[in-house]
Formats: sequence, structure tokens, C-alpha cells
Amino acid sequence: MSFLSVSHVSKSFGGPPVVNDVSLEVMRGEFFALLGPSGCGKTTLLRMIAGFETPDSGAIVIDGEPMNTVPPHLRPTNMVFQSYAIFPHLNVFDNIAYGLRKLKLSKDRLRARVESMLATVRLEGLGNRASDQLSGGQRQRVALARALVREPKVLLLDEPLGALDKRLRETMQVELRAIQRKVGITFLLVTHDQEEALSLSDRVAVMHQGRILQVADPRTLYERPNCREVADFIGEMNFFHATVREIAGAGATVNAGLLGLITLPAANLAPGIKPDDHILLAIRPEHVRFAASGVAGDIAASTFLGERSHFHVRIPGRSEPVFVSGNAPPSGAVHLEFPPEKLIGLPIAD
Amino acid sequence: MADNGRNAEGYGLLAPTLVVMGLALAAPLALMAITSLKDQSGIGFGQGWTLDEYGAVLGRASYRLLFLRSVAISAVVTLVTVALAYPMAYFVAFHARRKFFWLVALTIPFWTSYLLRVFAWKIILGFNGVINSGLMRLHLIDQPLGVLLYNPFAVVVTLAHAWAAFAILPIYVSLEKIDRSLLEAASDLGDSALRRFLRITLPLSMPGVIGAAVLIFVPTTGDFVTPSLVGGPAGTMIANLIEVQFNGVGNWPLGAALSLVSMAMVAVIAGLFVASARAAAKAVR
Amino acid sequence: MKNKSLLLYAFAYLAFLYVPVLVLPVFSFNDSQFIAFPLSGFTTRWYGALAGDSAMQHALGNSLKVGIVTALLSTMLGLAAARAVTRYRLRGAGAALGFISLPLFIPDIVLGLSLLMLLGAMGLPLSLAAVVLGHLLVCVPFALTVLIARFEGFDRNLEEASADLGEDGWMTFWRITAPLMLPGIIASLLLTFITSFDEFLVAFFLSGTEATLPIYIWGQLRFPERLPMVLALGAVILAVSVVLVICAEYVRNLGVKDRVVGA
Repeated sequence: MSFLSVSHVSKSFGGPPVVNDVSLEVMRGEFFALLGPSGCGKTTLLRMIAGFETPDSGAIVIDGEPMNTVPPHLRPTNMVFQSYAIFPHLNVFDNIAYGLRKLKLSKDRLRARVESMLATVRLEGLGNRASDQLSGGQRQRVALARALVREPKVLLLDEPLGALDKRLRETMQVELRAIQRKVGITFLLVTHDQEEALSLSDRVAVMHQGRILQVADPRTLYERPNCREVADFIGEMNFFHATVREIAGAGATVNAGLLGLITLPAANLAPGIKPDDHILLAIRPEHVRFAASGVAGDIAASTFLGERSHFHVRIPGRSEPVFVSGNAPPSGAVHLEFPPEKLIGLPIAD
Repeated sequence: MADNGRNAEGYGLLAPTLVVMGLALAAPLALMAITSLKDQSGIGFGQGWTLDEYGAVLGRASYRLLFLRSVAISAVVTLVTVALAYPMAYFVAFHARRKFFWLVALTIPFWTSYLLRVFAWKIILGFNGVINSGLMRLHLIDQPLGVLLYNPFAVVVTLAHAWAAFAILPIYVSLEKIDRSLLEAASDLGDSALRRFLRITLPLSMPGVIGAAVLIFVPTTGDFVTPSLVGGPAGTMIANLIEVQFNGVGNWPLGAALSLVSMAMVAVIAGLFVASARAAAKAVR
Repeated sequence: MKNKSLLLYAFAYLAFLYVPVLVLPVFSFNDSQFIAFPLSGFTTRWYGALAGDSAMQHALGNSLKVGIVTALLSTMLGLAAARAVTRYRLRGAGAALGFISLPLFIPDIVLGLSLLMLLGAMGLPLSLAAVVLGHLLVCVPFALTVLIARFEGFDRNLEEASADLGEDGWMTFWRITAPLMLPGIIASLLLTFITSFDEFLVAFFLSGTEATLPIYIWGQLRFPERLPMVLALGAVILAVSVVLVICAEYVRNLGVKDRVVGA
């Protein structure tokens, strides 16, 4: 039984739909990410769950309770805004205590609760700090504490790390994950940063043009994307056009043009692919190997990245380069090998 | 759905203001338009409709002169006020060390009665006024100068003084908003200080200049106080004529027609000005 | 070099602004009915006459009443309308805004006269209430401009965050919107009060027998012997306004300091 359920939700702002018939099931205590490029509708979906936008159609249910007619201030959700929305006229303590007014706690209990939340987000002793005296990372923590202190059923995070620099972002990723484990609240994160989504979440939904393309755990998403858009968005990928010759038992034979005839595990083909289908063969740069023989090419460009390097290899008869990640080969002329078990077959959208 | 509910809330917030403005602005103007199509008979209006008042407003040479003079004086006032205020605003925005002090200093003179600010000029320019008595005391003149007061010149000086704040503030705001790195970029790309001013600063401050010009042109065209106090017969403006129709001779239809024509005239000129100023600002690049 | 000449210009300009205004206090202390140089001696008798003038006090009372009511009403209307155009996606909001701003483009004399005609047609008496209505026309566009700028200046997420944290619309207004709008509200109140307090032409047509201060002053200007007293009145208005503005700024700066100290 899912904890947060979104079913057939659509929303438009007068133009084409921004969110188009989206359905989603999030489990209790799960860290779930909505991943997609800007403008894909992920923030609108999040704001509909928070109650700031109303779906044109479809239903949102949290813990068995339908939410469609519940106004934002009565929903069991809390949000960490992209801008953090720290109240500028209140200090850190009052920002965090803002949402506790209705509980009518005694002064001591209120203080204890805020102090313990300050400790959770590692802001001990900063309660009296004015909100305009906070660094970016501290603002992010205050926003998080302010939302968590209400113990929501679902915590919504809108690009929570987007405003931070790279170093801080990495630290906060680790902490965010630790805090989520500690409080056990369901987190729903919206981000355009695939690394962030993959490293933080139990499961990720990839959104594109208002639709959800694939929902899966990070490893599956990386290794078995179900379409070109997902493969493209998550990490780097090489694509080759191919035609399926036959599927026999555990093996599938495809004609991959420049790469020749290849037999790969049938399980590597996306569901629904039949013989004679035109498909895309996809392979990650780190799975392409430099070898003594194979497809001949030239290194057009290389980027040194420390342990490994990144190469653009031109092969005759193909306009875009093949991306290869590996150790430096001996010279400019190379041969590439494409291990069949690492190739996956994706449908071509029509 | 709920969005409609939200929109209804928004319209609900807008409604009181619209009702007040409808009551105090739209209805009176409509009534004024209706009245202007009547003619005065005794203390009431005649039956039926007539364009006679408009014929009189547009046809009579003395009225035409008054319209022309009002627009001319107002245009000169606008030009002078903006031209004088621009360097001042420029100084505060770019060179003043204590901007806040300057802004307060520039606005303090406007914190007293408009009537008395205008009247002060009558005292200064008058026959026995400050300038004349001062000059006579210094034996620079034997007779008081009569040319200072009661003419269009006096009206222009007085209005340029009275409306200065309405020029300084909008121009200052638009200058202040200019990203300083744009100026550095222009210099870096080879513009001299003058060219930089003409190509970057001036066009980017145009919204402030246009705003200031409209803010000054509209009310000064219809000003009544200044021409009455310092204008004399040669400085009479259209508002004086309108006022007489209501308080003096009691010809409301004619007064209504005069009001509407001057309102339309101001609107058309201001509109043309805004459009051409925008076009000019574009052309400079 | 260039800065020097600009500085010089700035001081010349300041002199142009101040000299006519300084005529008021200077001659208000001059012991002569005639306003001319040389000055004849120091006196405070004009201020004494002013204090004893009951017509002036009555007009001042009227102007304060009209100014306060106009400032409160136009700021309240402006607050609601500014919120509507900045926080909602309303069809026709632009047109409504244009309509509300229309008085900025209409000479005051036309505004005053058209209202005069309407009151006449409806058989309503001229009164201070009519003056307030006329002043709303002039002041609401100002209030709206100031308040819209302030609404646009703060992140609308703040109000959403308040709703998200469990406060309904009313409590959000009191806990978030009102405190953050306060500088804008004060600016709007000040601006509209001053505008109404100083407005002559509309009040001239609509006030009937209840003179406001500018109408009282207008009446006095015809009597040369009363001029020094009127100048004294101008000087008092100037002094009070300057003190008010400085106080307002002082209070504002206090607010800023508090925050820094709290850090």
C-alpha cells in the first residue's frame, strides 16, 4: 500500500499541459526523487502535492486521505523551498518555531523542540541569529529544520541544494540522507541534478515534458534505462542505430551497421522489441574498451580527469564521436571493442 | 475548480478600488461628456443634444490661443524642469558621497504648501518684491523692474521650481538602477565618456525621463494656481477659463466641453511624446 | 574636473530650490507688514496672530481629518488592489491597473469639476466627504505604485511557506505579509497624507463651506496685511514636515540597527 499516491494528475496553465497524466506511488519512509530538466513539470507536481496548485484532473492521496480539496495549511506535508523562503523579519529560532504556534506548547517544551531540531540540522547555538546573517548552507538547514519540526507525513524538497556551491552540496547530500534515515519521514525531492538524485534516493522518477518516463532504483535507471531520453539524461551514453535480426532463446542478434552483427543477451532489449524492429543500441562510455582489434577510429579530443580520461573517438562513417572513458591508449589511431553484454537495446520513439 | 475560487478572491480584492474609481472617475467623466453635449438655458440645461459647445471651444480664436499657450508653457516647463533636474539626479546617482543626505536635502523644499511655494515667487518677482527691493537697495536700479512678474516667464520659472521633485526622483531612480558594469563594459569596448553617456546612460535612464515628463506635463497644463497668482493676463491658462465657466459665468456645458477637450489634448500630446521618446531612445544605439 | 563642475551645479540647483522656500521663514519673523528688503526687525507677533486665528485652526482640523481618512482609505484600497495584481493571475488585471492609474493622466481641475457635476446631478451637498472622494482619485494611484513595488520586492514563497507551515490566509497576513509590507504601508500613508493635506484644486471645488488649509491660505492671499501671518503658517508646516521626515528616517534606521545587534 503506497503512502503517497498520485494518480492520473494533469495540469496546464492555459497552454499545453505542464503535467500530463502523471501517476506515482511513494512508500512510507522512502527517499524518492523527481528528476528532470527544467520545465519538465516536476516543480508543478511538487506544488500540487503541497497544495499550492490545483490539479486540472486526477487525485492525490496521502496516507489514505484524499488531498484534492485540502488547502495547503491543512495538509500533512511541509516544503523546503528552492529559495528557502526564510522569513526575513524573524530570527532562526522564530523561523523554526513558526509552524508550531497551533500546538500551543508551553514555552519550555517549544524551546526544547526547536533546540533539538537545531541540533539535528547542526545549528546548535544559532537560534538568535538574524536571518540575514546566515550563509547559504545555514539558510538551507533552517529551511529544512522549519519544515521537519512539524513532523510532516511527507517532506517536499524543491531543488534544496541548487543554490549551494559544489563542495557544500556534496556535504549536504550526505547529511540530508543521514537526517532522512534518522527522522524516518518520507522525502520527496525535486532536482535536475542526476548525480544528486541517484546518490540520495531509494527510487527516482525521471520526468520529461510533463510525463514520467521511468520509475526505478538508481542502479536500474543507470544500467537499464527504458528509453533514449532517460539514458541521455542519466550520465553519458553512446547510441547506434540497429535492426533486430532474430531473437532466439537467451540471445538476440542485431545488425548494428558499423559495429557489424552482434549477439547480445535478449534481456538487454527493452520490453516489447520484436524482430525486424529498428532500435537504438546504447552503451556507456566506461564500457567501451580500447583493444588490439575491433572498430578502427582516431582520438579527436581527450580530457584528463585524473584516474581516468575521457575521449572523443571519431570512427569513419559516423558523424558524432564515440565517447570512451578509460586509460590512455598508446597513440592516436585506436580500435574499439563493444562488449555485447554491456549493450542495451532501446526502442526508437516514433 | 479551486483556481476559479482563487481568482474570485483576487477579483474580490480588486473590486473595492474599482468601485470607488468607477464612482469617482468613470461616472463623473461620463456625466461631463453628457453635459458637454447640452446647452445652457437660464440656470438649467436645454433639451436635446448639440455640438455647439465644441464648436465654440474649437472655433473661437481666443480659446484656441489659450489652449496653445497652456500647452506651450507646459511644454517649456517640462523641458526646463527635466533638463535642470537631470544633471542634479546624475550627480546624486553617480558622484554624491552621501546620497541619502542629498535626497533628503532635495525634497525638503517640497514639504511645505504648494500654494505658498508658488506665492513665494510672487514675493520674489513682485513690483515691491525681493529682487526689486534688493536691487534698488544696492542702487543697481532706480525703478522697480515690472517685467519680472505677471507674464509667461514668471509662470515657467514658478512651475519649474514647484515641480522639480517630480523630475529629480524618477530620473534618479532610473539612473540608480543602471548596472555599473554596463558602463565599464562600454568604456572597455572603446566608448569615450560622452559616447558612453549617449549610448548607455541616457537610453537606460529614458524611462525615468519619460515618467518625469508625463508627471509634470499633465498637471502643469491644467494648473490653476500658478497662472492665477503670477501669470497676469498674458499668462492666463486654460484652467482659469474653465474655472470661470463654473464659478463665474455659470456655463457648465461650455466648461465641460473645455475640460474634455483639454483632457483629450493632454492625453494625445503625452501619448505622442512617450511614443516618440521611446523611438528616439531606440534610434540612439 | 568634471566632478567639480557637477558639484558646483548641484549646489546652485540646491540654492534655486531653497531660496524661494526660505522666503517663508525669513519674512515670517520680519517686523513689517510689507514683504520687501530691507528687513525691519525681529518679531514673533505673526506667530502669535496665527495661534489666535480660529478660522485657521478650523481649516487645519479639516485638512487633518481629510488627510488622515484619505491616507487610510487609499492605502487600504491600494493594499488590496496591489495584492490582487501581484499575487493572482487575473484576466484583465492590466486593464484594471490602467483604469486605476488614469487620474495620473488627467489634470486635477477636470477631476474636481467632473465630481462637482456628479454631486450636483445627484443632489448631494458639497462636503469634506466629497473632498475625500476626490482625494482618493489622486492618492490611490500613488498608493498603488508604492505598494506594488513593495509586494514585488518580496518573495511570494514566503507567504506560501507560511501556509505550508500551517497558517491560514488571515494569520499569514498578520504574521508575514503585514510586517514585511510595513515600510511600504508607512510610505504610502505618508505620501497620500501629504498629497491630500496639500491638495488645493479638487478641494476648492468640492469642499463647499468647510475650508481645508490650502483653501484658507488661498483666501488669505488676497489680503496683503495678512500675508506675514500666512508666511508664518508656511514656515510652521515646513518645520513640522521636516521633523516628521527626520523622525521617520530615525525610526527606520533603528529597525536596521536592531537586526545587526541581534546577530
